[in-house]
Amino acid sequence: MPERDAIISARRGPLAWLGQIILYGAFAAFIAVFSHWPTYRHLGDNEALIKISFVHTGKPVSDCVQQTAEELAKLPPNMRAPTRCPRERSPVVVAVDVDDVNVLTHTAPPSGLSKDGASAVYRRLVVPAGERRLSVRLSDDVRARDKPYERETTLALVPGQVLVIDFDTGQGSIKLQ
Amino acid sequence: MQQEAASLRQRGLNGWQAVERLFDTALGSRFNPLRHLGAVGVLALLLLVASGTILYILLDTSVEGAHRSIDALAAHPAGRLLRGIHRYAADALVIALGLHLLREFLAGHERSFRRFSWLTGVPLIGFVFVAAIGGFWLNWDQLGQYSATATAEWIDALPMLATPLARNFLVADAVSDRLFSLFIFVHIGVSLLLVFGLWFHVQRISRPAVLPPRRLSLGLVCILAALALAWPIASHAPATLATVPTLLRLDWILLFVHPLMDATSPGLAWALVGCGFLALFALPFLPQPAPAPVAVVDPANCNGCQRCFADCPYAAITMVPHPNQRIGRLLARVDPDLCAGCGICAGSCPSSTPFRRAAELVTGIDMPQSTIDRLRRSLRESIASSTASRPLVVFGCRHGASTARIEAADVSSFELLCAGQLPPAFVEYALRDGAAGVLVAPCRECGCEFRLGERWTIDRLLRRREPRLRAAAPEDRLALALAGKGDEPVLAAALAGLRKRVRSMPAQPGLGSRHHHA
Repeated sequence: MPERDAIISARRGPLAWLGQIILYGAFAAFIAVFSHWPTYRHLGDNEALIKISFVHTGKPVSDCVQQTAEELAKLPPNMRAPTRCPRERSPVVVAVDVDDVNVLTHTAPPSGLSKDGASAVYRRLVVPAGERRLSVRLSDDVRARDKPYERETTLALVPGQVLVIDFDTGQGSIKLQ
Repeated sequence: MQQEAASLRQRGLNGWQAVERLFDTALGSRFNPLRHLGAVGVLALLLLVASGTILYILLDTSVEGAHRSIDALAAHPAGRLLRGIHRYAADALVIALGLHLLREFLAGHERSFRRFSWLTGVPLIGFVFVAAIGGFWLNWDQLGQYSATATAEWIDALPMLATPLARNFLVADAVSDRLFSLFIFVHIGVSLLLVFGLWFHVQRISRPAVLPPRRLSLGLVCILAALALAWPIASHAPATLATVPTLLRLDWILLFVHPLMDATSPGLAWALVGCGFLALFALPFLPQPAPAPVAVVDPANCNGCQRCFADCPYAAITMVPHPNQRIGRLLARVDPDLCAGCGICAGSCPSSTPFRRAAELVTGIDMPQSTIDRLRRSLRESIASSTASRPLVVFGCRHGASTARIEAADVSSFELLCAGQLPPAFVEYALRDGAAGVLVAPCRECGCEFRLGERWTIDRLLRRREPRLRAAAPEDRLALALAGKGDEPVLAAALAGLRKRVRSMPAQPGLGSRHHHA
């Protein structure tokens, strides 16, 4: 002392080099293995996926009301609109049948604090691949004034295929992609 | 219940330390990655930043071009090296992070003065995974498609967004080049947040070890490079949203959360992750043992030398103007919230020299639970009462090898709060007071509970750092053994060696022979 060589410490084992190779090797092997293996399959061999997704604004929950002259007179001049329409929208109800078996019935509430926004749906359905009879119904009016939108078709789904069921607001129809 | 948990944690810590010692046997404690886990994580992050910068230059950030530009790297060894290092460094970062968290938890490092470091470390776990998962999307192969879709579906499980995020991955037309800007923001933006968070994480420690020792760094870089060349990262087929990627070579270290969600449900996966983070955040606020008493400054004995300020491992000491109002004179001030109670400051204080004539040794900075005065009195009494012809003195560490295992008639042992609490002058004092030899036993290199204790002890005794061992101190009667918990055989061997050495030495007047000192 005081030389650094004079410091006594636990000695490295006679096979320290071998130990180093094993430890570094184990670290490398752990990374190499678990960064690739085991391979992951999240859909079965003979399965296809149906995604039902749309963003659609339902019809108003009630009709617009014509305001009387007395009612209008009570309002400030800038708010005297002759008709008063409800902001709240109908929830959108979607039902999907595959081979005449109902696999999904979902009610999507309108978004927003005043329930005046669009209803959104995103659902995944795993179905066996092959020829499938598909029936989709969508209703967006609690007053049940209009007929629900419907689409029925028979499709040949190949394994691993993704079928998207969407709603085309412009065309007012259910579309399959 | 609390005692059972503490006992379980202690058993876990014992097991961890046993593994650390096993690694020491092969690598040496200085180059043991288990003793540098935080720094290993930073090294991996640096590799990620360096390789990622080049990859970003080469990446075509478009739906059509991304896969092609990354896949082209596979044709060149340099490209394979670059891509492999980027991926494997991310894996190494997560492994280092997990082990670092486990080690600190087992050691009870979430509490008291370390609470800040713990709380600022927890969000980094989230940043690491978000940035890592976001990286897979940039390649836009089937694995990226699966990860992006699964992540969007997972986020949609939270009642947060009016429009499902997963609609961005419904059909090929939905994915635009603009979406890549979001991917890049997630991958690079969150990585920058991670670096910023790291800066916070090390704020309350002084001299943070940002990188591991050079030899260890080199070893790790070589391993990752060898891995990148021997087991290159290959892309999956380009993403096609019309089909589900079925067979994936998943990186389980980085992407395990997706299969977890598939196997359970998005809600349960959120619950598990959320509860995990909540538990980590709550740990420092659970009932804890009373914190150690903190260092106390005595203005009358503090000369403002700044040695304690320089040596404190947790930046708990600041220097303020001395109340005696002499121009330029400073006084140490201890922040009790940051003080670890290790006593390293007392060991660094020049007024801690036992040769002072005062009946009561009051030092400039001292530990109330284990004062320097008490150490001097105990040492004096112990040597005086020894009947051995050549008494030996051992200064050990409460967190290191137990000195109780080496008790003998000729041995007086003292367990300090940390070996760094020992002022080097005590070695000379013990020898002048009658000891034939002195053994100082700090913990193994890089194994100090208080980070710097063993380093400062070695440097002081090797005369590389103030307060230095005086030149007059007989070096051949001093032994320095690095003995952490479980290293009692090392301590015993060092003591046996010292005993043998001093027996062969002639008695020296005033040094090594019984000599009463005032």
